[in-house]
Amino acid sequence: MFDNLQQRLTGAFKNLRGKTRLSEHDINLTLKEIRVALLEADVNLEVVKAFIHRVRERATSAEINQALNAGQQIVKIVYDELVAVLGGEQRPLRFAKNPPTVIMLAGLQGSGKTTLAGKLGKWLKEQGHSPLLVAADLQRPNAVNQLQVVGERAGVHVYAPQPGNGVGDPVQVSRDSLGFATSKLYDVVIVDTAGRLGVDQELMKQAADIRDAVHPTEVLFVVDAMIGQDAVNTARAFEDGVGFDGVVLSKLDGDARGGAALSIVGVTGKPILFASVGEGLDDFEVFHPDRMASRILDMGDLLTLIEQAQRTFDMKQSAEAAKKLLAGDGFGLDEFLTQMQAMRKMGPMSKLLGMMPGAAQYKDQLEAIDERDIDRQMAIIQSMTPIERANPKILDGSRRARIAKGAGTTVSAVNTLVNRFEEARKMMARAGASGALPGMRRQVKQAKKKAKTHKVSGNPAKRGNPAAPKADAPEIVSTPDISLPGLTPKQSPFGMPGISGGQNIELPDEVKKLLG
Amino acid sequence: MNTTDLIFLVILIGIVLALVIASLMVVRGRRIEKQEAAKTPPVETPAEQESAEEQEQTESQPQAPPLDIPEAPEGRLARLRRKLSAAENPFARGLLSLLSADKLDEETYEDLEATLITADLGVAATTELIDALRTEIGISGGDTSKAKQVLHDELVKLGKPELDRTLNVEGADGKPGVVLVVGVNGTGKTTTIGKLARVLVAEGHTLVLGAADTFRAAAADQLETWGSRVGAETVRGTEGADPASVAFAAVQRAIEAEVDTALIDTAGRLHTKTGLMDELGKVKRVIEKQAPITEVLLVLDATTGQNGLIQAKVFAEVVDVTGIVLTKLDGSAKGGIVFSVQQELGVPVKLVGLGEGPDDLAPFDVEEFVDALLS
Repeated sequence: MFDNLQQRLTGAFKNLRGKTRLSEHDINLTLKEIRVALLEADVNLEVVKAFIHRVRERATSAEINQALNAGQQIVKIVYDELVAVLGGEQRPLRFAKNPPTVIMLAGLQGSGKTTLAGKLGKWLKEQGHSPLLVAADLQRPNAVNQLQVVGERAGVHVYAPQPGNGVGDPVQVSRDSLGFATSKLYDVVIVDTAGRLGVDQELMKQAADIRDAVHPTEVLFVVDAMIGQDAVNTARAFEDGVGFDGVVLSKLDGDARGGAALSIVGVTGKPILFASVGEGLDDFEVFHPDRMASRILDMGDLLTLIEQAQRTFDMKQSAEAAKKLLAGDGFGLDEFLTQMQAMRKMGPMSKLLGMMPGAAQYKDQLEAIDERDIDRQMAIIQSMTPIERANPKILDGSRRARIAKGAGTTVSAVNTLVNRFEEARKMMARAGASGALPGMRRQVKQAKKKAKTHKVSGNPAKRGNPAAPKADAPEIVSTPDISLPGLTPKQSPFGMPGISGGQNIELPDEVKKLLG
Repeated sequence: MNTTDLIFLVILIGIVLALVIASLMVVRGRRIEKQEAAKTPPVETPAEQESAEEQEQTESQPQAPPLDIPEAPEGRLARLRRKLSAAENPFARGLLSLLSADKLDEETYEDLEATLITADLGVAATTELIDALRTEIGISGGDTSKAKQVLHDELVKLGKPELDRTLNVEGADGKPGVVLVVGVNGTGKTTTIGKLARVLVAEGHTLVLGAADTFRAAAADQLETWGSRVGAETVRGTEGADPASVAFAAVQRAIEAEVDTALIDTAGRLHTKTGLMDELGKVKRVIEKQAPITEVLLVLDATTGQNGLIQAKVFAEVVDVTGIVLTKLDGSAKGGIVFSVQQELGVPVKLVGLGEGPDDLAPFDVEEFVDALLS
């Protein structure tokens, strides 16, 4: 796995701590690391060069903040620049003054146009529009069928006069769709075109013909977040061939770093409007430049983690379990099991842990996690009776032997689990009592004490937000309400880059101890 | 420091998260409810589906004669050469102009490095290659005439020509060969199966296709269209059926019908989706109850960047990938990730997809590939 930028720079700056100004040489060294980090994130080389140039200018001129080490300072500059580039041209979807609004989707094969048509249709419908999907992909076998099925799932009508599989003229279909939409009072027309390669002159011409036939309000270029260096060529080819007004990043639910986003914006200057984050028709959201920046730099992405958790966890159950745990009683192995299962659904554990800010330093250990160990742990708990799960204290030798047999493991493994569980429970209860964890709606008496133990985030981008309240101001600690990440990321002390403040989700010290 | 500790840490973090989320619940609750309501599976109206199928049948009759005779696969690599030749391929063009310089100075090396990185070769592989080139050139006393040869040799070496690239489509003991095709969404799995079916038919094999992609809308139809063109039977389940059961039925059918090979298509899945990867593991296990899987092909898209390596690793863990198909090589993407994947996993690239035409699938050959890149 790649080292993230933070690690690279930490390595490069070991001897530079305390420097207030960086020498030319130091900057070069850092920029080289940044270059590699960006390249590994699939940002196109030209774009990287231009980007590095900008960062160099800022790094040379910037007074290095005393509080941060030089490396962190540069990471912050890089992060800010990334957000600036990615979010510079941010804008909502445009609608035509005189309906129908025509949205044309274009992109490579397999970038997810047809699925996106369904998602977009559903989204627009929920916003009170009446969208119409137009099947203008007459190339790929059964693409028309796919759109029909997708449309049906989304509850959106599909205009498909031609059967596809090579039969019919997509230009004609697109042109006719406008008349159809006007007569049936659809106010948004989404034209799903066939996937095509940038180098395919003939098909690019066809796409241009479709564009000329329907005069789209928005031409959206759909691109796979996994795309590599070729993103730039493809984007240019589409820009020249069809011309697009906005970009949609698809398959962002994978673990690709998505440097392509930067490449495309860097080269075309077109805004990224949406991100597609899953296979369900609801897995579709407005693009967040700040999160994308963290992702490209592979910094902990807490918001994504939280959103992922929201999708998989049973909120009520989790809240209940957490309350019990922090209260120090009633949290049994059953709750533990439920939480473990929910975590498992969110994806590989190492990945999840890696997303926690501050977890990067344990990267090597995280890499070594065997996912099946979690299954083994679950098997042990599942081999217990409900009474045993509720009260692990009753586990005597014979019970443990039975459980070990049931789970196909050894007694010592059972012992480890039980001991660890007890330890963790105590630890959490302590943490709960001291209010060291975020989300505790209680006044924290020891605000001062906490401010002292509170570790400064290792990530400057997260706490460097000048708009965010000062890192360890006690009044933040006792603020009863949690602000909403994702909804108001800009003002939120929680949102990126504001994982600052007393509610910093750093790993509690006890947890750090546990990690060794 | 052991795994158990880490697992506990994970759970703790889970609970921390749960706390945060619980406090968000109140405000976001409504939105989530709405989402959940929307997630209830839509009721399929069979009438519409049927009509769609009918429509499809009536349409495919005039346009596709039932049995195409596919082009023999031998001649195909020539087209790969053409497609990759200097005239069209910026990668090759770049290398040529770079290496025709009189001397290799620092800037040339840097440009060379840039060119390789732009081909998605990856930073590590590129550095390795450039270092090797520097050493070789250094030994020969700065003789640039050899540079091209050296680069060629190094690229070939990186491409691991010694790997066995034959496709194992024949079963043993009277059982059919089973080819399982896997990959992330939109890389071209179904299309690859369609093309592969044509190659195999052209070579005189008999086939059964298994449409175990029960998730994507109309994926089974797409496969059936391909199958009917070469006269191969397609075994399909209902939409949303357990893919393992469809795969099982397909292999069973292949055994009954005594065909040579069963080609099993699976739904595209991102390697980060644990549940879906488990499902894929199940498909493999269930198939193996009937006949051993002779080949697991991972379909990678040439446009894929460095993430391709992670994809390949995860898929290899779950289903024991034995070969790679590199698709969409006809675009401007160069597919340099192939080298890294081979390097890292030791799994050979066996086939390359060169375009949308039904016969645009060719066997992969490192020498030819690199030759084409540098010619």
